[in-house]
Amino acid sequence: MTSATVEGPRTRPLESLARAIADIEGLPEPAPETPLDQAVRTKQLVIVNWSGELDKVWPVLILSSTAAASGVRCKVFVTFWGLLPFVRDQKRIVGENWMQKMLALMQRPGIDHLKLSKMNFLGMGPWMMGTLRRKYGVASPRELLEAATAMGVEFIPCQMTMDMFGLKREDLIDEMGEPAGAATAIEIMTEADASLFI
Amino acid sequence: MTLQILQHVDARGLSCPMPIVKTAQAIRTVASGALIEVLATDPGSVKDFGAWSRTTGHELIEQSADGGVFRFVLRRK
Repeated sequence: MTSATVEGPRTRPLESLARAIADIEGLPEPAPETPLDQAVRTKQLVIVNWSGELDKVWPVLILSSTAAASGVRCKVFVTFWGLLPFVRDQKRIVGENWMQKMLALMQRPGIDHLKLSKMNFLGMGPWMMGTLRRKYGVASPRELLEAATAMGVEFIPCQMTMDMFGLKREDLIDEMGEPAGAATAIEIMTEADASLFI
Repeated sequence: MTLQILQHVDARGLSCPMPIVKTAQAIRTVASGALIEVLATDPGSVKDFGAWSRTTGHELIEQSADGGVFRFVLRRK
C-alpha cells in the first residue's frame, strides 16, 4: 500500500469532522491559508530592449523607471540593436573588424544619438522630437536612464550581441550589469509578472 | 487637526513619468506614516497618482485641482 492511499482518506474525514464540530459549537471556521510568498512577494517586470531607436528606447526607459518608482522590481535585458544606445558617450566607432566598425558608423552609438524608427528624415525627425520634448517638459532618454538606474532598475547586456558587434564590457556604460544570455532572459521572463519585448 | 506635511515635490511643468519618479524618490526620505505633498501640471497625473497609490500602497489622502495645478497629498505606507 502506498502512502498516498493512506493519507487521502485520513485527512479528508478530519477536515469534515472539524467543520461538523464547528457547525455544532458555533466556532468560526479556520481562515483559508494565504501562501506567505504570495503575500510578501514583490511584483516583477522584465523588458527585452531589442530596438535601438528613440521611439522604442524611450518607452522602455519610461516604463522601467515608472516600475521602479512603483515598487515593482524591473530588469531590462538589452539585446541586438538595443545595445548600441548603452555604449559610452566617448565611444564613436566600436568593434574590432571593419564590418563591426561600419555598423557603428551607420548607427552612432550612445543614448543621445538615437534615430526614429519612422520619419527620421536624416535627423530632422529626432531634432523635432527633441524640441517638442523640451517644450512639453518630457524627460529625455538620458534623464530617464539616470532615474531608472538610481532607483535600481537592472540592465543586463546580451553577451552574444556584444560578441557579434565587437563590444567589450568597457565600451558599455557603467550602469550595465553582468552580461548574460538567452537562458537568463527566459528565466527572468518566466519568473516575472509581466514581460515586454520592445 | 491639521496634518503636517513633511516633504514637498514640485513637479509642475514636468511630464509623465517624472512627477511619479520624483514622488517615489521623495517619499523614501520620510518615515512611514508621514505625509508628502505633490504639485503637478500634467493632466495625466490625476489618474496616475491613483494607480501609483494602489500599486505601492502609499495612501492618496487628498487630491485637488486649482487653475491647472493638481495637488496630491500622500501618506507613506
